Amino acid sequence: MTQTEKQSPAFYALLVALVIMAVGPILLMLATSLKLNVDIMSDVGGLIFMPTLRNYETALCDLLWYEPAGLASCDPTFGRALVNSLVICLVSTALTLVIGCMAAYALVRFRFMGRDTVSLSTLLMRMVPPAVLLVPVFGIWTFQFGISGTRTGIILIYVAMNLPFVIWILQSFIVQVPVQLEEAARMDGAGPFQVFFLVVLPLVKPGLAAAAIFTFRIGWNEFLLANALSDRNTRTVPVTIVNSLTEYNIDWGVIMATGMLLAVPPILFTFVASRQIITGMTAGAVKG
Amino acid sequence: MSVATANRLTPYLFLAPALVILLGALVYPIIYVIYASFLDWNPSQRIGEASFVGLRNYAKLLSDAAFLESLRVTLAFAAIVVSVEMVLGVGLALLLDRNMKGLTVLRTVFILPMMIAPIVVGLMWRYMYHPTIGIFNRTLNSLGLEPVPWLSDSSWAFAAVIIADVWQWTPFIFILSLAALQSLPKSALEAARIDGARGWQAILYIKLPLMLPVLIVTMLLRLIDAFKVLEVILVMTNGGPGLSTEILSLRINRTASEFRALGEAAAMSNILLLVLMALTLAMFLYTKASEARSRRLAAAQEPAT
Repeated sequence: MTQTEKQSPAFYALLVALVIMAVGPILLMLATSLKLNVDIMSDVGGLIFMPTLRNYETALCDLLWYEPAGLASCDPTFGRALVNSLVICLVSTALTLVIGCMAAYALVRFRFMGRDTVSLSTLLMRMVPPAVLLVPVFGIWTFQFGISGTRTGIILIYVAMNLPFVIWILQSFIVQVPVQLEEAARMDGAGPFQVFFLVVLPLVKPGLAAAAIFTFRIGWNEFLLANALSDRNTRTVPVTIVNSLTEYNIDWGVIMATGMLLAVPPILFTFVASRQIITGMTAGAVKG
Repeated sequence: MSVATANRLTPYLFLAPALVILLGALVYPIIYVIYASFLDWNPSQRIGEASFVGLRNYAKLLSDAAFLESLRVTLAFAAIVVSVEMVLGVGLALLLDRNMKGLTVLRTVFILPMMIAPIVVGLMWRYMYHPTIGIFNRTLNSLGLEPVPWLSDSSWAFAAVIIADVWQWTPFIFILSLAALQSLPKSALEAARIDGARGWQAILYIKLPLMLPVLIVTMLLRLIDAFKVLEVILVMTNGGPGLSTEILSLRINRTASEFRALGEAAAMSNILLLVLMALTLAMFLYTKASEARSRRLAAAQEPAT
């Protein structure tokens, strides 16, 4: 049964058609991002064009180590947003993992709340749309915490949004760490923090990787809260993309290049860790 | 501090940071939004300066034609996308549930639409729907057909956002139902085959009933997510033309940032939250009930074996 059976060509045709449907729009975006506006607007369209990196140079002009030739002026908006996005996502992912892992460890090893409580709160968190958080987070961050317009503010809400899920997914990994190992370490004189950082953490690396991918991706893709909490200097990439869309005349080549840059990390994650992603996505539907 | 007290305090120390952040940045905002929905509040005021208006925001919403329209659009959107995606996703899973090379490739590639930013998905579709340079109208044009006003006509725009959502999320249902199909007990399928169940019969009487628990949870998950869709539509149509694609999340965003009525936006948020809470509760109770049932079944079988 494990051997692949011979299938009729019709099934392969269907398979190929589905793959093309799934990837087609992404390839179209890639192609457009490599075209000059003349080619995008030309009546012929299609696949015959001179690929150029011009749009990427325009978008990234202030991050490049060389001066792009023939660029009249350099708009640093996108480059700045890319740096913001990277900083915000990396910091919030690191914080979420450390804090979430510690909490998950406490919940598993010292058992004061059942797994049910955690799964229920994960489920409840999954339910809350970012749009619902928009008004209160804007109000609290601006008037009470005084951190609106800063990267700290955006990082804080991303950490909070991702914690329940991260705790939930890490719990299932920590349960599998043998207690004997920790006891042995404690015998050798390790304190609780040493046990955690030197014994437990290295053993749950796969879980950490899955959690990291999810946390990073949510921050990387999020628009609504970042839009409400950022100012001119702290805008993330999704916010700049939406802002450049509202302009009257859309520069499709450049905007597709920025879209492509935004899409690259998630696409890489997909090919590196598709199995973990599927596990994470099915969380809740299939018992984890 | 003695070692014993230190050890007793450890779990609390480990939990403290998570607890502080969750309470401060998640629980507090949700309580805050409930309180804010009773206020007449605009973004330049501190919340203490806003005047308390009781249920006026809710009363206003219930008689606000634009809000009711947006509620209708949201419900129609969620109902249509979930049913279309369920039929397509489950259908494809049933069709492709066989040992086939290339299925893993399909599964990997199928995750892509869900992984990339919704903003980017909206961007791609807006480009494809472009009246002159978009691929759809170009194709229609070269076939000698009339171009379609994809995003500028209200019913076409509604269809267009549905198509984009179906493209993005059918894979989710496909992957989940394929996983469910492949973990069905082989013995039941074997027994059905021996009893002479063929093709359709096996699907209708054996596979679908056995998959049902997973399918219901999948559908509820998808339904919850369908109420949260925002960015794709924001980029494609920004709710227009008119109010034809203005789903509730977009309406909240507009009420808060354009009309500067935070109290009203909070009231809308609470209505959305209530709908989602009901769905989530339904899902939680359903999983609990089906777990209890399978435990009972297992217990009933125990003495027999």
